[in-house]
Amino acid sequence: MRYLPLDVEEREVMLARVGVSDIEALFADIPADKRIAGLMDMPRAMSEMAVDRKMAAMAARSRPAGSMPFFLGAGAYKRHIPASVDHLIQRSEFLTSYTPYQPEIAQGTLQVLFEFQTQVAALTGMEVANASMYDGSTACGEAMLTAHRLTKRRKAILSGGLHPQYADVAATLAHMAGAAIVQLPPDVKGAEDLAAAIDGETSCVIVQSPDFFGNPRDLKPVAAAAHAKGALLVAVFTDPVSLGAVRSPGEMDADIAVGEGQGIGNALSFGGPYVGLFATRMKNLRQMPGRLAGETVDADGRRSFVLTLSTREQHIRREKATSNICTNSGLCALAFSIHLTLLGEAGLKRLAAVNHANAVRLADRLSAIPGIEIVNAHFFNEFTMRTPRPAADLIEDLASRGVIGGLPASRLLPDAGLDDCVIVASTEVNDDDDRAAYARALAECL
Amino acid sequence: MNVRARPTRAEVEPGAALPETFTGARALEVEEALIFEIGRRDATGVDIEPPAPVASRLGPHAREKALDLPGLTEPEAVRHYVRLSRQNYAIDLGIYPLGSCTMKHNPRLNEKMARLPGFADVHPLQPESTVEGALMVMAALADALLKMTGMSAVAMSPKAGAHGELCGMMAIKAAIEARGEAEQRKVVLVPDSAHGTNPATAALLGFSVRAVEAGDDGVVSAEAVKNALAPDVAAIMLTNPNTCGLFEREIVGVAEAVHDAGAYFYCDGANFNAIVGKTRPGDLGVDAMHINLHKTFSTPHGGGGPGAGPVALSERLAPFAPVPFLAREGDALRLVEHAEGTQSFGRMTAFHGQMGMFVRALAFILSHGADGLRQAAEDAVLSANYIRACLNDVMSAPFGDRVCMHEVLFDDRWLKDAGVTTLDFAKAMIDEGFHPMTVYFPLIVHGAMLIEPTESESKASLDLFIMTLRDLAFAVQAGKKERFLSAPVYAPRRRLDETRAARQPVLRWTRPSAL
Repeated sequence: MRYLPLDVEEREVMLARVGVSDIEALFADIPADKRIAGLMDMPRAMSEMAVDRKMAAMAARSRPAGSMPFFLGAGAYKRHIPASVDHLIQRSEFLTSYTPYQPEIAQGTLQVLFEFQTQVAALTGMEVANASMYDGSTACGEAMLTAHRLTKRRKAILSGGLHPQYADVAATLAHMAGAAIVQLPPDVKGAEDLAAAIDGETSCVIVQSPDFFGNPRDLKPVAAAAHAKGALLVAVFTDPVSLGAVRSPGEMDADIAVGEGQGIGNALSFGGPYVGLFATRMKNLRQMPGRLAGETVDADGRRSFVLTLSTREQHIRREKATSNICTNSGLCALAFSIHLTLLGEAGLKRLAAVNHANAVRLADRLSAIPGIEIVNAHFFNEFTMRTPRPAADLIEDLASRGVIGGLPASRLLPDAGLDDCVIVASTEVNDDDDRAAYARALAECL
Repeated sequence: MNVRARPTRAEVEPGAALPETFTGARALEVEEALIFEIGRRDATGVDIEPPAPVASRLGPHAREKALDLPGLTEPEAVRHYVRLSRQNYAIDLGIYPLGSCTMKHNPRLNEKMARLPGFADVHPLQPESTVEGALMVMAALADALLKMTGMSAVAMSPKAGAHGELCGMMAIKAAIEARGEAEQRKVVLVPDSAHGTNPATAALLGFSVRAVEAGDDGVVSAEAVKNALAPDVAAIMLTNPNTCGLFEREIVGVAEAVHDAGAYFYCDGANFNAIVGKTRPGDLGVDAMHINLHKTFSTPHGGGGPGAGPVALSERLAPFAPVPFLAREGDALRLVEHAEGTQSFGRMTAFHGQMGMFVRALAFILSHGADGLRQAAEDAVLSANYIRACLNDVMSAPFGDRVCMHEVLFDDRWLKDAGVTTLDFAKAMIDEGFHPMTVYFPLIVHGAMLIEPTESESKASLDLFIMTLRDLAFAVQAGKKERFLSAPVYAPRRRLDETRAARQPVLRWTRPSAL
């Protein structure tokens, strides 16, 4: 077997050194009647070539986003990722290292995390960011629990514009942790009155901007209303590129900003692995979950980086920890950081502007088709359109014509009366041909 | 055997100071500034055509403030990250014997497979008619995990081991609620040798933790569990093989006692790699067990994630599994994305789980097959015992000559009178070119050193590691403290001031104020 270096003779020599005659002697603690006799009921080992063929055959049965005009977002975005990003994250020293618990021989990972934290803080307009979470939805759930700890209250208000699966994750966590949730109804136009929902028991209001339906939100009044009642504002975003064009959570007085980082540096990968971003104010630092890299010096006085403030974490605090989270999303955070470094401020702003321009041109083109109505007054790179026929069927018809036209809202919100709504996204990957193909196919399907 | 290619400088010229260099670099060992110090706000490594002129639809929401993000051109960026990478140890450089972390070889075929467009370039919310291949991978991996565990169902969505733990304990809580016993069963039993995530997970779900002490032989006795069980107990969280590297030999009795008391058995599967193909957790009485794909099935650790933590569930817990899950309709696979109308406890994450990790784990499983997986478990256990046998005359093992599983545990009794700590010993290993073992875990052993070689090491690699540790042990015995107290001296950094990092936290770069 190509991955196992020991040979038969060496195994014999090693068994003799251990002082047993048979490998089974090392498994003697397993009750005899519970041991597997012979091999498991699975195929035998396969060559690299055979595995390659088998898996390539499976991969061929999915249709990649890049193979067709593609206008689906809703929390994950098709992007062009520079070739150097994937090359760099496959460096052995990044790919095959562990959590940097021995900082003297892990400065590469630690400096990257310090740079990542600084980038995320700058992007969100916040003061401090952690070294990443699993993904946007779990970061959002952790933000809710953080707000509960900070306010010593147990009730969260979820905006009707929050990604429905993020809301489900928060609801599951809240139910299981014995906390309360007030979930506002789905809000296509972003016109809900969040301030009215806040009371003296509210720990936080969780609002996404741009929201699930594509509306950028003015969070300043929500923040003011929350703060007046002693509650916190958790601002959520699902496309980090949006922050190159719209106001940041920090500018709008959010207390905690969380979001999905996939849209910078990371492939769609059918939903994971992604990278959750989590940033807040310094005064909330001690209740922030997740790992943190900090600056210090070594015995020779040289600038160095190390995981710090681990007294918040489960391996020290056990049942008193801020969170049970153990891993971060290191390699995805690295991809995010490299891509954002390559973009820089100028590149990020231009990328955001291209995304916006492509979405505007698409919206103009689609809204010219009789029966199609664009709901949003304002949007960044994603908007909601109403169609004259049920959106779920329409999207299937478009797919059969080779166009991925967006997300039928009913897939994630089956009982919300939004059966005629499609959430449509456009990024830099879409060109005039894609837009023409979409408009043509849509006109045919109506 | 001559294991060193050349004498060290200290041997050639005892006491010689290393000459200073102008740059502070030492040949291939170069320093690298932060991107914020070398980047420029107007520099970019991505050429983007200017946007088409359109009337903005951002309304009043357009960003006005600058971000203050530096950019680098591609050559600068490539050099920055390559230079940083060289300051990292990695499994591709040598043995990485972190106990409980399972640092085995990461096959590159798996990386190639994960990047096939049919897996990597598929959106999680594409119409199901366009994602058949992705669903096939999920189903194939789930089937393989069920065969290995002998359990009834597997929840694929948890993002990492601790997330899987949370999933398993949520399923248990949901089952207890369904029985109408939520108010009664508020306690989770956790042995004191458990991973820190176990009590943290229980506490997050509102359970209080009752400790169960392991016996002097390092395992939990069925008797101790029986004594701790009461009508208020919801579950036990037990790691098997446990964090001392021992198989919980009374596990069947523990499971029976737990079930007799109306409670559930959560097994932390972090160490499943030791027993794949040897025994099935389902046959041992386990109700829920997470599987760290990044440990047992070698998806790369990536400097601390991403991981993946699917959870195998017994028949009693299967109905409560989180959404999404796969359902079969004839030959077709369908994703069930909503909990309504099922007993599912809800959703743990957006989308469907760590697909990129599923592809890598499946490639690992297919490559090994039933024979290779069993051989891998046997080689891992054999290698750990070989290290134990070769070191236990110079180091001290808390449980004597007892056979271990995939990792071997030593304590610091043998260091006590030498003025050298476990940490000092670990740092001296760095100077020898090795990543240290896990230190100070598990907590129940004083100055713990937990060594897990995995099945990926050749005998020559194991022998060099063993000889090096023996040489260090002899240095301890000979009173050569300086080799330990000053270590590491050859690493990119010497020991760090961790107290300063915690007392005066600097967690981001800030622009130096003008002088």
